[in-house]
Amino acid sequence: MNVDVVQNAAQVAQSSTADPVIFSITVFVLAIIVGYHVVWNVTPALHTPLMSVTNAISSIIIVGALLAAGPVEMNLATVLGLIAVGLASVNIFGGFMVTQRMLSMFKKRA
Amino acid sequence: MLSANMVELAYLVASVLIIFALKGLASPASARRGNALGMMGMGIAALVTLQLDAVQNYAWIVAAVGIGGLIGGVVARKVPMTHMPQTVAFMHSLVGLAAVLIAVSACYDPVAYGIANAEGGLYLASRIELFLGTFIGAITFTASLIAFGKLQGLLSGRPLVFAGQHVVNLVLGVVMLAAGIMFCVSGAWLPFLIMLAVALVLGVLLIVPIGGADMPVIVSMLNSYSGWAAAGIGFTLGNNMMIVAGALVGSSGAILSYIMCKAMNRSLFNVLLGGFGGDAPAASAAGGAIVERPVKSGAAEDAAFLISNARSVVIIPGYGLAVARAQHALKEMVDVLVKQGVDVKFAIHPVAGRMPGHMNVLLAEADVPYDIVFEMDEINSEMADTDVALIIGANDVVNPAAKTDPSSPIYGMPIIEASKARHVIVVKRSLAAGYAGLDNDLFYMDQTMMLFADAKKACEAIVQALD
Repeated sequence: MNVDVVQNAAQVAQSSTADPVIFSITVFVLAIIVGYHVVWNVTPALHTPLMSVTNAISSIIIVGALLAAGPVEMNLATVLGLIAVGLASVNIFGGFMVTQRMLSMFKKRA
Repeated sequence: MLSANMVELAYLVASVLIIFALKGLASPASARRGNALGMMGMGIAALVTLQLDAVQNYAWIVAAVGIGGLIGGVVARKVPMTHMPQTVAFMHSLVGLAAVLIAVSACYDPVAYGIANAEGGLYLASRIELFLGTFIGAITFTASLIAFGKLQGLLSGRPLVFAGQHVVNLVLGVVMLAAGIMFCVSGAWLPFLIMLAVALVLGVLLIVPIGGADMPVIVSMLNSYSGWAAAGIGFTLGNNMMIVAGALVGSSGAILSYIMCKAMNRSLFNVLLGGFGGDAPAASAAGGAIVERPVKSGAAEDAAFLISNARSVVIIPGYGLAVARAQHALKEMVDVLVKQGVDVKFAIHPVAGRMPGHMNVLLAEADVPYDIVFEMDEINSEMADTDVALIIGANDVVNPAAKTDPSSPIYGMPIIEASKARHVIVVKRSLAAGYAGLDNDLFYMDQTMMLFADAKKACEAIVQALD
């Protein structure tokens, strides 16, 4: 087996492994389809709680904010990250709690 | 620290929990459990991220979460249910701002995110993703602030229209795109900041021409944007959890905008173009020229007599009910009627409140059980078999012109067919037009009785007459 063949094989292997971005796009598209079906099933009576809970859910960007705020060394990037952590926290706590408050009001006939 | 595989699996669990949170909202019975699952999912996502090696700055992070959580908790407890639309709009703006801050931070220090190339700069793919996340986040931020201002009454709800508005927006959009592409190519700060600044201005300009009455659509649309912004940042960081959550929220908001547009028989494009509702006062002034038609009006005692002799009553509430703070008085009236053996139901039009599902929450707050509250499509087939339709604080959503008069501006809009009921009682302060600025034929029909009064006082008077 000569070196050329090995190199070729390695190149083929590399080009047959997709870019991670492609995996992200796969996940993204499938999640949209899941979201489409799940949300059409939400009863119209609960559309306001749906909005407040999706508000909390979109604050998943706290994951990104935590990474930004992560380094112990403080610089502009960390400070901005910390502010983002605070903003996302307002939404996470506020969003889930106000949703809970609304949902607890919905009662059946006694 | 967990291995990279374990971290990804934990994010997967969190994503599934969040999907189940939305799934729970299919019925009020399962919704609370769903919400608890959502909290768990969010908790797992945050804790897993906190234990990463890259995250060490614990003291400051705990402080930031504590302050933010405290503010969020107080808002969640104190906010009146009538103020939910502006609260949601305000929260969207926070998501937008957070997305922008993270994007700026990632540009400033890509190494901290592990997305830097050999020279400590950004890869092309990362730049494109940052561009998308930043401009969507920036537009969400300022647009939501304006929507909040309009809903809260800090800004006028009237549409702000000026000559060349759409041209200005178009030019700004092109400048933003050009700067964004320059940033993607060069990775330099200047085009990034220009793109960011223009996107912030665009967010304001896109919302100012839209009238207060169209805000339900806008709030739903911004809900969608906040999701796309989160997904955009997820792409930048290669984080599937953020991509899934963002995509779920994005599609949710898009569906809600579609539902609201359909309920108003408008296209999203038509709403975004703006200017709607600004002419309403002029139109109703012109309405004075319409030949005065005779109406039958009655007192609360007459209404009470009609209702208590009915087998079935359908109550059609509009936002006027909430404005008059009449929900609790109305609930008292319903209790008396139910005790007398009357079959009472509520009929809700999708645009009855100031945001999707708003009227349902306002009724739930007044202890109206949700199983006597029905959607427009569920109740319309029963209207012909209904003895009394009681309309409180609603107008356009029961206007028969939407079905019968092709020249009417609201022709084609789905309505609750109150005119099919044997008797119609309309509680209203005057014959003034609704937000579409139209006269309502329902008021002049033979079976209709107008009860000219404030909604709250009318309900109280009916309760008194019923006893």
